[in-house]
Formats: sequence, C-alpha cells, structure tokens
Amino acid sequence: MWIYDKKLQYPVRVSKCDPQMAKYLTEQYGGADGELAAALRYLNQRYTIPDKVIGLLTDIGTEEFAHLEMIATMIYKLTKDATPDQLKAAGLGAHFAAHDSALFYNNASGVPWTAAYIQAKGDPLADLYEDIAAEEKARATYQWLIDMTDDVDLQDSLKYLREREIVHSLRFKEAVEIIKADRETKKVY
Amino acid sequence: MNVSNQTREWYPFVGPFDPCPPKYVKTYVVPPNQFIPFQPMNLPQFSLQEALRRGTLWPALYSPYDSKCGKEGT
Repeated sequence: MWIYDKKLQYPVRVSKCDPQMAKYLTEQYGGADGELAAALRYLNQRYTIPDKVIGLLTDIGTEEFAHLEMIATMIYKLTKDATPDQLKAAGLGAHFAAHDSALFYNNASGVPWTAAYIQAKGDPLADLYEDIAAEEKARATYQWLIDMTDDVDLQDSLKYLREREIVHSLRFKEAVEIIKADRETKKVY
Repeated sequence: MNVSNQTREWYPFVGPFDPCPPKYVKTYVVPPNQFIPFQPMNLPQFSLQEALRRGTLWPALYSPYDSKCGKEGT
C-alpha cells in the first residue's frame, strides 16, 4: 500500500518555453534507464531478494515514482501551451499525431517503453548489479540533459534528480555488501 | 586517486584528417559513491534546508554538476 502526498518531492520550475527539451526529457520518462523502468524494476525484484534488502528496494522504487512525477511535470509544462507548429518544429510532430499533448511512455526517440528494458534474475547479486548500473546510467542521462538546457530553474531540478541517482547507487552497493556478509553473520550465535 | 576532485580528464587521439574541430581534452565525472563501499555511521550532515536543495543529507555524497550548455570545449 502507498500513501500519496499531493506535492512534488522537489519543486519543478520551468522558466523557458522550450518544447524540444520536453522531447529530450522523455528519455527519463519512458526510456530504458528512465524513472518508470527504475520504479518497476525495483518494485518487482524486491519479492525474490533476501529480506534484509527488500525494504531498500521498496523505498527506492517508491522514490522513483516521485521522480517520474517530477519529469512528467517538466514535460507537461514545456508542452501544454505549444501549438502543433511549435511541436512539429521541436520534433514532436509524430507525438502530436498520436497523442496530442498527452504524455506517453516512450523514449526521446519515440520508442515505446517495454518490459524488456528491465530484468529480474532472481539472483540477488545479478539483480543488484543491474540496479547499480541503472542508477549510473540515469546519472549520466541527467548530466547530458543538464548540458542541453540553459534554463537554470530546470537545471536545478535536474541536478537534484542526478544527486539522488548517486545516493541510490551507493545504497545498492551497500545492499551488495549486506548480501555478501550474510553467511558470516549467521555463524555468530 | 583523487577523491575530492570529481572530474577526470583524458586526451583522445586527434587525427590529421578529422572532419570536425578536435576536442583535445575529454572529461567524465567520478561521483563520491565510487569511494564509499559502505557509508560509516555518524557522518556530518547538511541542514535540512540545505539537504533538500542539494538532494542529499550527506556532504560526503554531494556531487556538484555544472551545465556545459553554451560553454566552449568538452
């Protein structure tokens, strides 16, 4: 069960009309290493991970949905008042034809999200190392997104999200250490 | 190994017939999580306001990143 707080995890302010940036931000919405993929990956893997780290996957998976909401807010703000001509000029003509200004889970190139992006091997190390890799890839994506906009307000929210990836990556590394140490601790009576 | 400086540089090969103006230096980020296998107890903390703004409670985990938008090189 979840409890919903009707506010964003961190404020999202967009101060420049730039529908093209919305197209690029979509990579973190419905891309292979985006927030949707992250949330669904962790919240699914947690059922078969050793119970010492289930809570970590629940917490981080939940936070990823909060990040998804921030990215959605950015995309929505950048496209809600754009005309079809502006969307065409921003490379979003095909998106408009299928979805109007609605958000959709595809990546920056328009490829729809697929569960093939994520994995659950049932092996704790294999799963956790995938999670660490996903966090570092998302961190890199945020860096390139920050590099692509001169809107300092948008940069500010993206920098926050990038830092969260770094923290999550460390937490997954700690989970690996916990998994590795499990046998030793059981020997102590 | 430089833990406090989070940026690394490398110098790619520049060919005599490259079509575009070459980049002589390329950089990448090595965030502080790479040097902490398990976070120790009782590390210093940011104030709560500061922690929200930076995205982490822990100065040891903070990684600044400046946009390269509009900047020359790299």
